Amino acid sequence: MKIIRIFMMTLLAVVWLVPAALAQNGPLRIEITEGVIEPLPIAVPEFIAENAAARSVVADVTRTVIADLVGTGLFREIPPAAHISKVENFATPIQYADWKAINAQALITGAVSVSGGKITVKFRLFDVFSDKPLGEGLQFAGTQQSWRRMAHKVADAAYSRITGEGAYFDSRVVFVSETGPKNARQKRLGIMDYDGANVQFLTDSSAIVLAPRFSPTGDRVIYTSYESGFPRIYVLDVASVTRRVLEDNSGTMTFAPRLHPDGNTVIYSLEKGGNTDIYRMGIDGANPRRLTSNPAIDTAPSYSPDGKQVVFESDRSGSQQLYIMSADGGEAKRISFGPGRYGTPVWSPKNDFIAFTKQNKGRFHIGVMRTDGSEERLLTASFLDEGPTWAPNGRVIMFTRETRGADGVSALYSVDVSGRNLKRVRMNGGGSDPSWSPLQ
Amino acid sequence: MRHMTKMALLAVGLVLAACTNSGLYSGNNGPGSQSGATAGSVDDPTSIAHFQQVVGDRVLFAVDQSTLSDEGRLTVLAQANWLLDNPEYTAVVEGHADEQGTREYNLALGARRASAVRQLLVAQGVAAGRISTVSYGKERPIEVCSAESCYAQNRRAVTVLAAGATG
Repeated sequence: MKIIRIFMMTLLAVVWLVPAALAQNGPLRIEITEGVIEPLPIAVPEFIAENAAARSVVADVTRTVIADLVGTGLFREIPPAAHISKVENFATPIQYADWKAINAQALITGAVSVSGGKITVKFRLFDVFSDKPLGEGLQFAGTQQSWRRMAHKVADAAYSRITGEGAYFDSRVVFVSETGPKNARQKRLGIMDYDGANVQFLTDSSAIVLAPRFSPTGDRVIYTSYESGFPRIYVLDVASVTRRVLEDNSGTMTFAPRLHPDGNTVIYSLEKGGNTDIYRMGIDGANPRRLTSNPAIDTAPSYSPDGKQVVFESDRSGSQQLYIMSADGGEAKRISFGPGRYGTPVWSPKNDFIAFTKQNKGRFHIGVMRTDGSEERLLTASFLDEGPTWAPNGRVIMFTRETRGADGVSALYSVDVSGRNLKRVRMNGGGSDPSWSPLQ
Repeated sequence: MRHMTKMALLAVGLVLAACTNSGLYSGNNGPGSQSGATAGSVDDPTSIAHFQQVVGDRVLFAVDQSTLSDEGRLTVLAQANWLLDNPEYTAVVEGHADEQGTREYNLALGARRASAVRQLLVAQGVAAGRISTVSYGKERPIEVCSAESCYAQNRRAVTVLAAGATG
């Protein structure tokens, strides 16, 4: 199959309004790590259609902005029926008293115009109880088909200003789409927006595919496929949907590939004669170099954001545990010491945590620990949770949850690094092995 | 290709055929004899069906283990004898894991299991070039319940025959 993904979109973020008060330290601020109990009430009146062509899309754009923000669990929407003021003109001054009266802490207004196949979305964010805008107004423009991205960018800007954290809504997830019964499961690579919209398939289901990972720039995907009959590493160009096998040593199995932050080096596992070690090679398949050498299973490597270290799992102690070594190999230091088994470590893009899968007493957990192994915290518990991936801002984790039994299915879930806001990603069909892209 | 259709073997074969479920992903159509009512079926000792059902095409493993059990070892020794008697076949040993465990670890674990079988086959004199391995990790369960009764059947290494180059 062939997908032609049109991404010729020009994306401009232009300062739109005269600068208002920036980076204020007023009340409109959520510290995500501080244990938010009560979601912040926000008002987002339907964006204004600035021309006739925009009328059909304003409701969708507005709902997408609201869904992004409310979906974090940090915000609560005050329904339009409760609004006192109607925002009918984007330039009209805000009646703060009307928004204070309904206890809206933040107000987002927006306007949309559509012409010549292009959509332009403007927005402003207000700190209602400080009587002033929070940051400058912004304008985003792109192809009309990319209206969701424009909405995600609006929500990203609002989220970042209010939380002080990096944005993540304008991102995608590559995953393994799953259909069919457990003993005849069909798998294929899928790609979608972070919220489950716009699913497209990158491979057919003729061969098993496993554990895709985005390149640091989001334009390529590296994964394992049984296309040749044996597990091999492939690199796929997302825009052209063309793929090539990276390495083909017969008599061996290569799997668990991830890219170095520089995008030019692949770290992966190679199995030979039943023994699995970690290797690295160039993205062109050149200069393979062995990084671990022992009879244990060494796999699931993940680079630190600076590319200088690697966290991986090994059963060299007798059971799966997490280790950190230099990106050049050498001595590895064990960092997991709690009860149970630890696997699939993934280094946070913020460099503050390592997410992992833990198995203990017949249950699976997604957890995080500091990079020295301290402050271990389990975020989930179920029959089978595995394979965490970090949102580009390092505050949200997506993972696979599989249900028990003959009718068991895989689905994608997400959870905050705090352990709050556990929810299923809304998408059609089953999925596993998500990998979150960088911010687009 | 030899034809050894003895009545005794036929009787045994029929009984086994009635109660044995051949592997879901194992082919049944090898280069068996093309003549005779029983050629290629379980009573033909050179057939794939015979290998699967009489010799035994699979061995099972304990949780998170890749060491052959005594019973598994006997099965692999019988496989080796059969492969030595039937040099026109090659084989792929497929290693599998149950669903308890992370995906990539299970891939490596399945490879360990397949390799354990291959190493014993080769140690028994089967030419190394005739035996390859592939791991499916937890991707290809044959039993689907989430209980030890199913897990035990899924923690397996299956020797899958194919027609070799020397047909």
